[in-house]
Amino acid sequence: MAESDGSGDADGDAALRVNAIVSLLVDKGLVDMEALDGIVQAYETKIGPHNGAKVVARAWSDPDYKNRLLENSNAAIAELGFAGAQGENMVVVENTPEVHNLVVCTLCSCYPWPVLGLPPTWYKSPPYRARVVRDPRGVLREFGVELEEHVKVQVWDSNSEIRFMVLPEQPSGTEGMNEADLAALVSRDSMIGTAKVIVPE
Amino acid sequence: MNGIHDCGGMDGLGPIDREIDEPVFHNDWERKMFGVFILTIVGGLFNDDEFRQSRERLEPVKYLQFSYYRQWLLAVQRLLVEKDVLSMEEIEERMKDLAKEDG
Repeated sequence: MAESDGSGDADGDAALRVNAIVSLLVDKGLVDMEALDGIVQAYETKIGPHNGAKVVARAWSDPDYKNRLLENSNAAIAELGFAGAQGENMVVVENTPEVHNLVVCTLCSCYPWPVLGLPPTWYKSPPYRARVVRDPRGVLREFGVELEEHVKVQVWDSNSEIRFMVLPEQPSGTEGMNEADLAALVSRDSMIGTAKVIVPE
Repeated sequence: MNGIHDCGGMDGLGPIDREIDEPVFHNDWERKMFGVFILTIVGGLFNDDEFRQSRERLEPVKYLQFSYYRQWLLAVQRLLVEKDVLSMEEIEERMKDLAKEDG
């Protein structure tokens, strides 16, 4: 087992292998390092859950926008300038006092990149993928969310075509807040469905 | 494909481990792996379906134990080799050269 590449035993020779593959592809003119850095930067800074938070804040503030968002999610999300890879077919599902939605990709890690950025490791890993479709209330409990018994839970299994995003419930007491302040309340997990939006004390 | 990836509803896969404030990428090689994946797929060297299937073809133990981007690495490497873009020999040789440089 390789050990001298400095990447740590847990990932074996991954760092060395990635570097080798990238450098070979650069040599063959198939990869440009500047382009690579640009892509990495985009997903580390520009494309992230702050995008989805803006969508949520707009939906909370503007009932017509909310209707458009639920009716044709792609178009409404694109109105705010968010579109692109892994978000070609969006479906936004609304949480209400009666219905709580959760999103998963049981087969791999499909996730709506344009509005949420790249998924966290737990979302992509077998434990969540296996259990959330079978025991969503149990999973929610682990995430600190306790639903009342009468609430219906819906779990949406994303796939290579359709990507889901949860429109969380607007917490009471935030009516009339401006969109920027509303967006700041919306966590990534609340748009996956593993959290509710709460107002900090 | 009937593989370990089809794990919805499966028992015994363990607790959901959440990293607090997990960064988008844990280190530079993850960054590079993501970047090279995007460039090679956009460059048409392989497509989304082929990539998913390549990952699904990983041995079940690796699928359950290897880190996410390490799985991507093996999936992409397999496709590049199967499609004659790179050979395993070239890759291994370049790894040796790079390891020598690092000292």
